[in-house]
Amino acid sequence: MSTEQINSDLSAIFREARKPLRVNSNELLDRHREEAFLHFIASGIPEKTEEYAHADLLPAFDRDYHLMLRPPRLKVNPDALFTCNVPGLDTRVRFTVNGWTARVDEPLELPGGVVICSLPTAAERYPGLLELHYNHHAGKRDTLASLNTAFAQDGIFINVPDGVNMDKPLQIVNLMQGNNNNVMSFQRNLAIIGKGATATILACDHTLSDNAFLSNSVTEIALSENASLDYYQVQNQHVEASRINAIFVTQERASRLDANTITLYGGFTRNNLIVALAGEGSECNLHGMYLSDKKQRVDNFTSIEHAAPGCRSNELFKGVLDDSAVADFTGRVIVRPGARKTEAYQANHNLLLSDEARVNTRPQLIIDADDVKCSHGATVGQLDDEAMFYLRSRGISEAEARLMMMFGFAHEIVGRIRLEPLREQIDNLVDKRLRGELTKCYNCVRHCKKTS
Amino acid sequence: MNKLLEIRDLHAVVDGKEILKGINLDVNAGETHAIMGPNGAGKSTLSAVLAGRENFIVTRGEVWFKGKNLLEMPAENRAREGLFLSFQYPVEIPGVSTVNFLKTAINEHRKYSGKPPYPPGEFLKMIREKMEWVGIDSKLLNRSLNEGFSGGEKKKNEIFQMAVLEPVLAILDETDSGLDIDALRVVANGVNRLKGPGNAVIVITHYQRLLDHVVPDVVHVLHDGRVVKTAGKELAIELEKKGYDWIKQQSPGEN
Ligand SMILES: Nc1ncnc2c1ncn2[C@@H]1O[C@H](COP(=O)(O)OP(=O)(O)OP(=O)(O)O)[C@@H](O)[C@H]1O
Ligand SMILES: [Mg+2]
Repeated sequence: MSTEQINSDLSAIFREARKPLRVNSNELLDRHREEAFLHFIASGIPEKTEEYAHADLLPAFDRDYHLMLRPPRLKVNPDALFTCNVPGLDTRVRFTVNGWTARVDEPLELPGGVVICSLPTAAERYPGLLELHYNHHAGKRDTLASLNTAFAQDGIFINVPDGVNMDKPLQIVNLMQGNNNNVMSFQRNLAIIGKGATATILACDHTLSDNAFLSNSVTEIALSENASLDYYQVQNQHVEASRINAIFVTQERASRLDANTITLYGGFTRNNLIVALAGEGSECNLHGMYLSDKKQRVDNFTSIEHAAPGCRSNELFKGVLDDSAVADFTGRVIVRPGARKTEAYQANHNLLLSDEARVNTRPQLIIDADDVKCSHGATVGQLDDEAMFYLRSRGISEAEARLMMMFGFAHEIVGRIRLEPLREQIDNLVDKRLRGELTKCYNCVRHCKKTS
Repeated sequence: MNKLLEIRDLHAVVDGKEILKGINLDVNAGETHAIMGPNGAGKSTLSAVLAGRENFIVTRGEVWFKGKNLLEMPAENRAREGLFLSFQYPVEIPGVSTVNFLKTAINEHRKYSGKPPYPPGEFLKMIREKMEWVGIDSKLLNRSLNEGFSGGEKKKNEIFQMAVLEPVLAILDETDSGLDIDALRVVANGVNRLKGPGNAVIVITHYQRLLDHVVPDVVHVLHDGRVVKTAGKELAIELEKKGYDWIKQQSPGEN
């Protein structure tokens, strides 16, 4: 199918979906749909645009997907709960299946007045907060995010009140599951972290069945003055899964964001991390790691806007690519006029294990202010011979030495995870992933079947 | 006598350039050998060829280790057979902790000789004991291998690895360079503890000071890819006084 055909199909789907969308949603979300769809359809699925220069989205969209417009009767397999368990880490777990939130037996209000609920519930109970934040951070910054806004019905909402340190991390487990259908989803999350509040959010994405999936999700995050958020996302899906995952963050004065984006497995993955450093002295640290082989594609697009003076951004993305995997990295940094004393550092390092694997890495610095410290660096290399010999000279086999070095390369990212149990778990997963072993603790039975 | 190592007419090239031009050397169990010689003579090349570095190509000659054809083995098997090279320039390996590296290495050795993996508790006990020998700070264990280690720490870490792996033949390539006096004694101690009737040590050095502690039975001088002189321990002292020029004049046949 051509892109035009897919765009017109999406228009038809949107027209037909208007009514069920309305019935199964909230007016606060509905308000944005028409305009968002217009924004999307004006240019349609991006092809060779500035932002999606290398991303080939056609194969991801060019399938028959089922879109669930009403809440499904969700039966979460208790195994799924077990599989995402991080030993030694006590979290508040929330599930979504195909973008719909599953019920939990916890009160709406948690210690400290923290609220975690579904987005429609939040719209009902806290309309003021949604008026302020919903689609405020994403807006019309990205056409695929607008496609999400047009269809979004559900997702996870969290509000951490001013001055509250959240007692436990929130763990969001996003599952994709089809019976006989391929499934498309438009999950929409919103996180509001109050003044001086701190929180940790861990989002895991998995596939539970053999079908093809397309998830086009958006997470908006508002960090108030002095707020602090650790945001971890771990993706471990199968090769038939396509995932477009956009995070939009607005940071007020002296707030801090540490985001860690780990892509272990997936067919096509596009991560958009769009951060606005809106308040003076705010700081964001974006770290990412991707391990790709076979024909996988991973595309990390980051954009950090320094809109206020004295902000700091720090970016490090590292990838290991084998077979004919292709990775893209874009590091856009915009320094607005008046954003004096900006510090922006960026690096992307890649390890290529085969001749066919490819990396496109693009730094984009747009600097309109004085007194700015910016740096960027990218490397694409092979395993170091000297180091290989050193390890082998100690009796370590060539295969094991390669694994150790890949693991070491990835560990620079994993090592930054603050929660020790999570760090250990991810280290473990990375090790298994590199060994090509079935990651038993995650539900990826399909991997070996699909990729062998 | 129990021959551990026999090198016969060894020639090796790198990037089309011949570096080793016919080395002959025998090492028996229980012996300590010193190899000296001017910069660029081929000392590190010889040790790398013995350890199995693949970018050096052996064009002629043979090497027997414990009666086995060394040159036919991949680097890892040479190590598992008991050959150990302390690198002149130890390599930094980011993200791989020293303790994990050692555990992997020792378990690969054990697997090779048909033994089960080290029981974790015993492994740590052994590691601690060996750390004491070498006087290495336990904090280094959890740091990335050699990354950001000082020059002396890197050298001590080599000796620590040697102590853990208990090789049959250890080749120390300028392990004494860059060590302070205390560290030098520590390294010498480590080497002397390893020595026994079944093992041998080859010490590559420019200085007499290590040889005061690790006393060699034989001293060889390597020059331009050949062993040009072989004598007893007095040779090292003589070299320290007189330099190499007088030997460079002699042809290999004269010693
Ligand atoms: N990859 C290479 N390509 C070309 N020449 C090389 C290469 N590696 C080593 N050489 C050369 O081989 C010769 C021997 O080097 P080697 O490192 O073995 O000397 P050495 O005796 O250990 O010296 P030093 O005492 O300085 O450590 C030198 O001339 C060196 O430049
Ligand atoms: Mg040398």
